[in-house]
Amino acid sequence: MSERTAGADRRVAWYRQMVEIRHFEDKVQELFMAGLIQGTTHLCQGQEAVPVGAISAMARGDVQTNTYRGHGEALANGMSPETAFAELMGRTSGCSRGVGGSMHLIDASKGNIGSNAIVGAGAPIAVGAAMGFKLRKEPQVALTFFGDGATNIGTFHEALNMASVWKAPVIFIITNNLYGEYSPVRSTTPIDDLARRADPFAMPGVVVDGQDVEAVHSAVSTAVARARAGEGPSLLEMKTYRYRGHSRSDPAKYRPEGELERWKQRDPIELLGAKLAAEGILSADHQAAIKAEIQAEIDRAAERAAQAPYPTLEETRSYVYAD
Amino acid sequence: MSTQTEAAPAMGATVEMTYREAVNAALDDAMAEDPSVILMGEDVDADGGVFKTNAGLPQKYGRERVMATPICENGFTNVALGMSLTGIRPVVEFMFADFMPTAGDAIVNQLPKYRYMSGGQFSVPVTLRVVSGAGGRFGTQHSATGESWFMAQPGMRVAVAGTPAAAYELLRAAIRNNDPVLVHEHKALYARKGPVTRGAIAEIGKAAILREGTDVTILASLMMVERAMAAADELAGHGVSAEVIDLRWVRPLDMETIGASVAKTGRLVIAEEQWHEGGWGATVISNLTRNGQAWKSVPRAVALYYDTLIPYSPPLEDEMIPSAERIVTAARKSVGQIPA
Repeated sequence: MSERTAGADRRVAWYRQMVEIRHFEDKVQELFMAGLIQGTTHLCQGQEAVPVGAISAMARGDVQTNTYRGHGEALANGMSPETAFAELMGRTSGCSRGVGGSMHLIDASKGNIGSNAIVGAGAPIAVGAAMGFKLRKEPQVALTFFGDGATNIGTFHEALNMASVWKAPVIFIITNNLYGEYSPVRSTTPIDDLARRADPFAMPGVVVDGQDVEAVHSAVSTAVARARAGEGPSLLEMKTYRYRGHSRSDPAKYRPEGELERWKQRDPIELLGAKLAAEGILSADHQAAIKAEIQAEIDRAAERAAQAPYPTLEETRSYVYAD
Repeated sequence: MSTQTEAAPAMGATVEMTYREAVNAALDDAMAEDPSVILMGEDVDADGGVFKTNAGLPQKYGRERVMATPICENGFTNVALGMSLTGIRPVVEFMFADFMPTAGDAIVNQLPKYRYMSGGQFSVPVTLRVVSGAGGRFGTQHSATGESWFMAQPGMRVAVAGTPAAAYELLRAAIRNNDPVLVHEHKALYARKGPVTRGAIAEIGKAAILREGTDVTILASLMMVERAMAAADELAGHGVSAEVIDLRWVRPLDMETIGASVAKTGRLVIAEEQWHEGGWGATVISNLTRNGQAWKSVPRAVALYYDTLIPYSPPLEDEMIPSAERIVTAARKSVGQIPA
């Protein structure tokens, strides 16, 4: 579905999803500081248009892999905030029964087949899932989300190579938020447009405005159609920005002054909100009401999640082996 | 090699075949039985594969199911994992065990953890077939067994094939299993002949007693199995009754079978083509001791020499690999026939 034909209902749904992710992530930070979520978190405020626009281009039965910064992908894929909070709190009602944690929000039943804590690992796994579909002559495709930093690890190049040689129905999505952990992308990578990394693998490489959910949706839809038609993989680079630091309480002091403020002027939620208001689809008042409503839902979801019990070692033994 | 013009032996029939033919038969039978089984790896489709284990398979099953990959072990092993999530049962061939570390992330962090970190949402039926071992004059980067490299954490099972029957049965068991299994083949054994029962499936975690005895237990894996058997013959001439166990599984270790044997003999010789420290042999001795085993004499290990690596130079390589003679000497020391 292109930008022009996306229906009003759908765009409002995207707006709601992006708000949900934003409020979820803000709540995670609050719960982390309160000690209810421990270990580490990697938040995605500012990047919401990427998972929402891309995952809405998937059809039933399609699959996606994502990363340790994967809360947005999990929620956009239909995981309830309560299930996600429960996982982050290590509770047995979490999507991965509490053994996964923040970096492993996984729901195979909805096609979210892996949230990986190893940079670059999800790309070849998605190629494999896509090849499974192809070998079984099924029409599904696989998406894989990873960051700009992952384009420097071997598995990224290996995955693009295999996908192209085998014409695997897979879509590689770079969420380029300008920083690989604490390092600016240009200090680790010799080019600005990472989409150019498609060229040596003979596949389309497309730069996309990652703040514009409609542009993301449109670009991913084109790549999905191409993959489903048997024409092989694509590499899409989403130019975006993460508002918070790399992880935990990283204050991101390595960023130049004013950069965050400049990006906030093109906030993905407000960008869509302004269009919807201008087109008379969703007024500013309605938008404020949606935000309040979702904030209340998020607060309730976190409260309910915290009521659930922790898993026992005994129940986790069956997660090691299937046989 | 078996060829496509011959009729395949009936399931359940026991026939003499080489270790190489046993691997081929296991792949063939598994692929015939289940259309979701595929074989993938470097050059697997070319002229029977590098060690000729795959002869006839591309012609019979096509190049979608016998799939050559680029040279990128970490990439294609993770691809196999992804395939297993969408209904395929991949068998991944590693041309040399020494290449496994390049797939370290797939083997350590992905295959064994993928089900666990999802809270049991997936099963990951991936088999890794690994061409292992020294004796081929391949030098130090193409000669490792690597059999104990990945035994230290749960999530993946590790098998070691010492005979043609084991090569067949372990591979069938691995492919049928719904979890990742790593199966080591020994490249120096491919031409060895032995009886193989088509259709037999190994029991997971079960060692095999190949020869019964009462004085000393010799526990061996891979090429050490035939050397242990030769040693047992020679020991009989010295009046020593040796029990020989083919380990078959490095993870899980069959402590029940091994423990019962050592409880009977009170003596143990480990025969392993690896360095003893940090390997399954040391773990077996630790487990037995921790289980309260009362030793009649100290357990012994015949292994690669502690402080050097596997050389190319043919006589040196032969010296480095534990021989039947060294196993005999260790066993005779163990029963007190020669000074320790």
